[in-house]
Amino acid sequence: MAVSGKEKRFEWTRKHLLGLRELSAEEITYILDTAQGFEEISTRSIKKAPPLRGKVVVNLFFEDSTRTRNSFTLAASRLSADVIDFTMKTSSVSKGETLLDTARNLEAMGIDIVVIRHNAGGAPQFLSRNIKACVINAGDGYCEHPTQGLLDVYTIRKLKGSLKGLKVAIVGDIAHSRVARSNMWAMTKLGAEVIFVGPPTLIPAQVEQLPVKVSYSLDDVIEEVDVINMLRIQFERLGGNPFPSVREYSHYFGLTVDRMKKAKPDVLVMHPGPINRGLEMESEVADGANSVILQQVTNGLAVRMAVLFLVNQAAARIE
Amino acid sequence: MIKNGRVIDPANGIDKVCDVLIVDEKIAQVGKVAKSVKNVINAKGKLVTPGLIDIHVHFREPGDEEEETIASGSAAAVAAGFTSVVCMPNTDPPIENETDVEYIHRKGRQARKTHVYTMGTITKKREGVELAEMGFMSQAGAVGFTDDGNGVQNPAVMLRALKYAAMFDVVIAQHCQDNSFVGNGVMNSGYYSTILGLPGMDKLAEEAMLWRDIQLVKKTNVRYHAQHISTAGSVELIRQAKKDSLPVTCEVTPHHLLLTERCCEGYDTNYKVNPPLRTAKDIDALKQAIADGLVDALVTDHAPHLQSEKELEFLTAPFGIASLECALGLYIKALIEPKILDWPALIRLMTEKPAKVIGIDKGTLAKGKQGDVTIIDPDAEYVVDVNKFCSKSKNCPYNGWKLRGKVLYTIVGGEIRFSAD
Repeated sequence: MAVSGKEKRFEWTRKHLLGLRELSAEEITYILDTAQGFEEISTRSIKKAPPLRGKVVVNLFFEDSTRTRNSFTLAASRLSADVIDFTMKTSSVSKGETLLDTARNLEAMGIDIVVIRHNAGGAPQFLSRNIKACVINAGDGYCEHPTQGLLDVYTIRKLKGSLKGLKVAIVGDIAHSRVARSNMWAMTKLGAEVIFVGPPTLIPAQVEQLPVKVSYSLDDVIEEVDVINMLRIQFERLGGNPFPSVREYSHYFGLTVDRMKKAKPDVLVMHPGPINRGLEMESEVADGANSVILQQVTNGLAVRMAVLFLVNQAAARIE
Repeated sequence: MIKNGRVIDPANGIDKVCDVLIVDEKIAQVGKVAKSVKNVINAKGKLVTPGLIDIHVHFREPGDEEEETIASGSAAAVAAGFTSVVCMPNTDPPIENETDVEYIHRKGRQARKTHVYTMGTITKKREGVELAEMGFMSQAGAVGFTDDGNGVQNPAVMLRALKYAAMFDVVIAQHCQDNSFVGNGVMNSGYYSTILGLPGMDKLAEEAMLWRDIQLVKKTNVRYHAQHISTAGSVELIRQAKKDSLPVTCEVTPHHLLLTERCCEGYDTNYKVNPPLRTAKDIDALKQAIADGLVDALVTDHAPHLQSEKELEFLTAPFGIASLECALGLYIKALIEPKILDWPALIRLMTEKPAKVIGIDKGTLAKGKQGDVTIIDPDAEYVVDVNKFCSKSKNCPYNGWKLRGKVLYTIVGGEIRFSAD
């Protein structure tokens, strides 16, 4: 086993990872510590460890995804699990089986862990209430994307030592972003200060009740922040016409080389991918010295291995 | 004859222990009945009230008989003390001509439980474009018109509907919701929709349409009824409209008095309802409105759905709560227990006032009126059990709640149509 024996006595008890809102700082830290132990596996010549041997993981994806799905597949296979991919373009009930029936059918085949991505907020919770397998949320509507949140804080912790006292700007379409929400929960629990930056039309309702600050101006906050997490403009989710044009959006919220000149020299530039180059971010910035975008992807693997490992362990303990 | 009950007949200012005599389907006497009769119900310690009236139910027939039928809905109604109900016309196909109206009435008569009334649609197919045949429908006995489930979006169409309705002395009822503010929303827009990652429905959607309609009523002076109002802002609009003596009435549901948006936190689709559950502040405003006499009817908006339809993601499950069979207990919990209303005031909002909204000659125990009577044990406690419902559907978030106030007898047209045990 790759996890060092030196961890504090802490028992992970959740057989599902549904979101970061419900996790304590201690639980989040525990996942990050566990992930740290798993990082080493990916550097071996034979990139495999046995903890999920004989277990079946299904990727149940109702929305397009390349990065997250592949990352989960790879994470599960590095832990020696068998992986099934179940991809459905649509989750519309009128067009076929309900989510619950699909999951029950998979369960009847003897799966152990469901990794679900779904366009409906709460779909993982709904599933977890109705099936016996472990459920891992790989993104539900614009509610949460917990493994993304975890890999983001993992990356920051690794590069900055700790989240405590850091200022993080999350920039873009906050209203429709599950990444923003999961980031907010994880980062604030670990002691960072989060600023949501975007046009008022893309800031969610009652934001003042969330543990964040809000700014409508990237220029106002860029100098003071330690991390800039740029969200992808999700054209598929935007309803109506929340900003007049891509051109105007980029003018106010694009991370340009010019803007970067005002940022701290050691600022981390992050993006959950895929990048709309030239829209959220100029290519020079995406590929520049401050960008940690590819490290996020690498770290995602370790974090997902940790999550798969922990939920499986908790399930075994519960049985 | 019903002996020695506490007879509450708000329309006639009666609240005293006495007898009620029904002869030949009609109320013959309220008071001390001297002569001896054959059939006697001893109602000592119980409440004897005019038959309860719910002017907003969905019995799903025609079209969705697997969810509810007029027969099953009517059985649920009398089990809950309702002697008259008004079905909403958003069936499949919708109730939009006199044949449809007659069909509902016939099914109601065949069920032989409660009086079944119906509203007709305002517009054909509830599309909000062309007016439906309100004249023929009202001749056939439709008690009002609504596109319930949809608000009439186009202001000019709504104005035309109100103008046209002036010919018939009918009420136009509206599900106030400006769809442009709602989009694909599934719950109240606010803190909980934000953290749950669900698309929200802004309160403005309800208030903007209600405000608009009130302006149209000012112009037409036609009776207008705001269905299931749910926000503090709507209360203020109604308050002002009544102050201005406009012919505007409104109704409130139990869920908007007892449940908040926070209930959606577990993504339990039994809390998915339209208008959505709002905030504690809105509940306070609605209760204040009831205390101030601004609300004309308590209604359930009984909206049955199959288990399989509700066992879906919150985003895709249908809107609606089935609450007809525990309605009285819910109103007691929301209004009597916190001392917002006393018994006569509550009964008034479930009998006399809703009858007035739809213009039917019911809701009182005056001599000569149809013998519709409900007998209630106000203190009996029970636990809501959806599996005991007569309704075909179980989508009731109150399952397991402990409530007070049980219906013992429901008498419709002098005939006992329901008795407990």
